Amino acid sequence: MTEISESAPASLAGVQSGQRLRLLLKSRSGVAGLILVGLLAILCVLAAFGLLPYDPLAQAPQQRLLPPSAAHWFGTDQFGRDVFSRVAAGVASSALIAVVAVAFATVVGTLAGVSAGFFRGVSDAVVSGVTNVLFAFPPLLLALSLASVFDRNWFTIAVAIAIVYVPIFIRVTRGPVLSLREIDFVRAAVSSGQRRAAIMFRHVLPNITSILIVQVTLSLSWAVLTEASLSFLGLGTPPPAPSLGSMIYEARTLVYIAPWTMVAPGVIVVLFVVGLNLLGDGLRDSLDPRNRGRK
Amino acid sequence: MNLVRAVASHRVLRPVISALGTLLGVAVFVFVMLRAIPGNQITAGLGTEAAALTPAQQAALEAYYGLDKPLVTQFFNWLGNIFTGNLGFSSRAQQSVLELTAQSLPVTLELAVFSIVLALLIGIPLGMLSASRPDSPRDAFGQAVGLMGLSIPSFLLATALLAILSATVRFNPNGQAFAYFSEDPLLNLQQMLLPSLVLGFGIAAPIMRTTRTAVLEVRGQDFIRTARAKGVGPRRLQVRHVLKNALVPIVTMTGLQFGYLLGGAVVVEQIFSLPGIGRQVLLGIQQKEYALVQSTVLLIALAFVVVNLLTDLLYRIIDPRVRAE
Repeated sequence: MTEISESAPASLAGVQSGQRLRLLLKSRSGVAGLILVGLLAILCVLAAFGLLPYDPLAQAPQQRLLPPSAAHWFGTDQFGRDVFSRVAAGVASSALIAVVAVAFATVVGTLAGVSAGFFRGVSDAVVSGVTNVLFAFPPLLLALSLASVFDRNWFTIAVAIAIVYVPIFIRVTRGPVLSLREIDFVRAAVSSGQRRAAIMFRHVLPNITSILIVQVTLSLSWAVLTEASLSFLGLGTPPPAPSLGSMIYEARTLVYIAPWTMVAPGVIVVLFVVGLNLLGDGLRDSLDPRNRGRK
Repeated sequence: MNLVRAVASHRVLRPVISALGTLLGVAVFVFVMLRAIPGNQITAGLGTEAAALTPAQQAALEAYYGLDKPLVTQFFNWLGNIFTGNLGFSSRAQQSVLELTAQSLPVTLELAVFSIVLALLIGIPLGMLSASRPDSPRDAFGQAVGLMGLSIPSFLLATALLAILSATVRFNPNGQAFAYFSEDPLLNLQQMLLPSLVLGFGIAAPIMRTTRTAVLEVRGQDFIRTARAKGVGPRRLQVRHVLKNALVPIVTMTGLQFGYLLGGAVVVEQIFSLPGIGRQVLLGIQQKEYALVQSTVLLIALAFVVVNLLTDLLYRIIDPRVRAE
């Protein structure tokens, strides 16, 4: 949770969806991010449909700690499990947790942020109060405390991470909505007697989509990092389910005799986060009108 | 009513009062969250033996820990105790939470100060380097370092550094028992080196990005052109005119990183065996020690709110434009 893109009203000018993709493809970091994330998405699909070369949980004691080879691309671990299959399954599981967490945070945070900015008054005071309280906790510490409260499985981890990211979406959407409601076409809609819910969905939400897309991408990268940190600390999805963080934790003692057990999950988690960050940067550069046309 | 309005618009009182309100919310949140954990002090202290308690013993223990009172009463008792310095007792460590925190807090503060200093030393020059010629190879280099700082998880960097250094140059000062600065300053600094580097690298990234953006923005402004026209030398221009004006976002960003720092401290202290406050929370969670986790998390959130408040007040001082508002 390092950056929050709070955009000024200048960035509110709408961009059509087809145009978004074209703009993104013009940005070098956007394309690089798209490729990285795309490759990892393929891994996730393979893992989800059971198309991996080995079962990520299957132990083979006679094949322990084999170095990378044609049969085992990333070698095997201390139980003879295939590291490539485990890494792929780990990527799939952290992607699932990150996507569910960010989706939850986006929906809840945006609804709260938009209502607070649009209705002002009591709802704004309550939402802002809750936001301040949640922001008072260091993000990882909050996720950690929440994860320790629940009975741990992938879904409760996702909920714990989601709660941490809700206030970000509140803050990111509330500001622009505050200025949107003063803009003529919204005032016109209000005075023409449209229902307020209709105005929110038809006139306000479409105009903050660009801001949301950027924030979702960046939040996904933080969510992947948070999930990996939690499972490294033993507070993520319980073993034997493969998770990148716990694989790196287990590799600590093996790294001298079998470095691939740490290098493989380590490189993949970094590529995953780098890809999402590049994609987020590319989206921000191409969707924020303040950056467009600037050289 | 006038008094209320005066306070609500006062530039120092307003943020202070809002911070106090936030703290109360934080206290309620921490209290509710930890009560939601299955099990309580009794089952945590006795483990499975708790099942063998007679109803009378159970009731006596509940009365002893105050668990038989309504939740609201428990909350205010807890809050009242905190104000008198009674933060609870850790039955495993056989020490009060206040004593434990008095030992662990200095460790984390030392780590935090070193990390922030390292982060500023890496982040600001790197950001200025990037901004000095946008879209050049040196900008690409700065941006790449920044991207790595944002993307490499601190636990991976820490574990990898530890593994590589102890395998190649046999440098592992954190393998020995922790030395406080007052006991053995030299060993203490060695033990702080790697953890602060890991945390500092992570915070350097957002500081670098903020510096780059802020410097580029300031450089485009008229007063810089005026200063250059007046014949101000390039070095003086960079430091006195550009950097000084770019400082507000950098200070804000540094303040915001304090939260990352305290979260990162949990990971880094665990890996490098530093007996700091992050490790205290993690141990408390693992051993289901209510009082310990509750009070420590509350103290951390308190520190966080205070730091944010200070950052807020600080840039009102640095920037006359904010001061005037």
